[in-house]
Amino acid sequence: MSEAAKQLPLVRLEHIAKTFNAGTVSEMGVFDDFSFSIGEGEFISVVGSNGSGKTTMLNLICGTLSLDSGSIYLRDQDITRMPEYLRAARIGRVFQDPVKGTCPSLTILENLSLADNKGKPYGLGIGVSRKRLDHYRAQLELLRLGLENKIHLPVGALSGGQRQALALLISTMTPIDLLVLDEHTAALDPKSSENVMDLTDRIVREKGVTAIMVTHNLRFAVDYGTRLVMMDKGRCVLDSGPEGKAQYKIDDLLEIFNSISIECGN
Amino acid sequence: MDLILPLLKNILEEAFIYGIMVIGVYVTYKILDFPDLSVDGTFPLGACLTAALITAGVNPWLVCIIVFPAGAGAGCITGLLHVKLKVTDLLAGIIVMTGLWSVNLFVLGGIIGKSTLPFYNKPTIFTSGFMKLLPEGVYKYRVLILSFVLVLVVKLLMDWFLRTKKGLLLRAVGDNRYFVTSMAQDQGKLKIMGLALGNACTALSGCVLAQQSESASVTIGTGMVVQALAGVIIGVSVFGRIRRMRSTTMAVLGMVIYKAVLLIAMLWLPSTFLKAAMAVLFVIALLTDRMGKQKGGTEHV
Repeated sequence: MSEAAKQLPLVRLEHIAKTFNAGTVSEMGVFDDFSFSIGEGEFISVVGSNGSGKTTMLNLICGTLSLDSGSIYLRDQDITRMPEYLRAARIGRVFQDPVKGTCPSLTILENLSLADNKGKPYGLGIGVSRKRLDHYRAQLELLRLGLENKIHLPVGALSGGQRQALALLISTMTPIDLLVLDEHTAALDPKSSENVMDLTDRIVREKGVTAIMVTHNLRFAVDYGTRLVMMDKGRCVLDSGPEGKAQYKIDDLLEIFNSISIECGN
Repeated sequence: MDLILPLLKNILEEAFIYGIMVIGVYVTYKILDFPDLSVDGTFPLGACLTAALITAGVNPWLVCIIVFPAGAGAGCITGLLHVKLKVTDLLAGIIVMTGLWSVNLFVLGGIIGKSTLPFYNKPTIFTSGFMKLLPEGVYKYRVLILSFVLVLVVKLLMDWFLRTKKGLLLRAVGDNRYFVTSMAQDQGKLKIMGLALGNACTALSGCVLAQQSESASVTIGTGMVVQALAGVIIGVSVFGRIRRMRSTTMAVLGMVIYKAVLLIAMLWLPSTFLKAAMAVLFVIALLTDRMGKQKGGTEHV
């Protein structure tokens, strides 16, 4: 990587516009000239009401949705037109639905073996590497769920919390530039949700990954991460920056949240 | 006994020959979750190519190798229509199946077209090479033996493939498309590959059937999807709970059960009702499978 590239933010969204169902009665403009950047090493928590553009922003970064106009850069590379699957080599993602992050009919070992091969060709070599078994067991031990003893079990037999923890491990199995967490604790029960959030924090720290997390849980947004962002109607209405996050408490966020909602007429 | 043994031989011969196709359809239907109707066209494609090539004097074993990529090509077209042109899975299959009708007529009779082409007394895999060396008593079981060997080879190759990195990824496509994308792989390409593989097996199955009956007809494809899907569904629902049994084995054994029921039913029914019996059996297989699932709960927690 060049010195100039190191100075740049990791991800830059520049002058983005996105409208859904353009030209129809259900037309909905989400972004109009929106810019945002993610710095190297940051762990950003994004909060905001439904329809504020949080998940759309993640979908644009990951390439699930295409832009109407504007550009997206990953370091010094313009990835605006790069297909989603190619971006996935450098951007890991954990979805809200635990089902999306793992393959139910494959075993834990097969899931991990596939993830371990990311970035390399998937050829006709044997799919499951026995040599890496100890490595996978050690990785599963990090989750503290006892999954290292169930490595030959199909993932479909695991609970939502276990699957989401596994999805976290899978998305960070190979080195990535950015980890995208899309309300990844929202579908879990309170205890599993706490566990997965705690695990996320540990993985982000231990692996030194840059992360962006969308959440409706204001406490998670305040307690975890290094930067806090609140979105509304396709704009950032609050950005703590890397230094100012500590000053925000849940009550402050609630107050801003309520004032926005009143403006919206919600 | 005089009736049972020939009937059993007949059932197994047919089940093993069609079993090659069922393994292919297992890949498209169960693994990719793609109900691929193009097999109604690729099965006779394999048979028609075989008739044309053997009539032209090509070695019957070489013919088996040639029909494989031909079927794969047809599967690729179905895949491209679905993935690149966004045609729904069922329609993509119907388009290819319809188009192949003309291709098959052309293969058998050139521009004028021909609907059947017998090639009696020409060498086939069942009558040439080492088959001639079989002792008299075993020779009458040659179709049974060779079709068993062929289905076993295809099954073992498919089992091996499904355990490779590429094979695991293919299994992931039907399971969870988001997962495949997150592995930085284009799931569209994998779908096309799976359809190519499924249709290649189907064409090979058609090729073996043509060599066994020493003739090919463009009409033999009608109802192939129904048969193959019935085999897969019966196999998985009957043997699905046996943990160590491979899915490809379940599919072939499913075909044995299907053929047994069908051929026994046809002992009493006039041959006019063959396709009707196939349709009814398929419905029964679907319903039994659904009832089994309701009883045993969903597949995944």
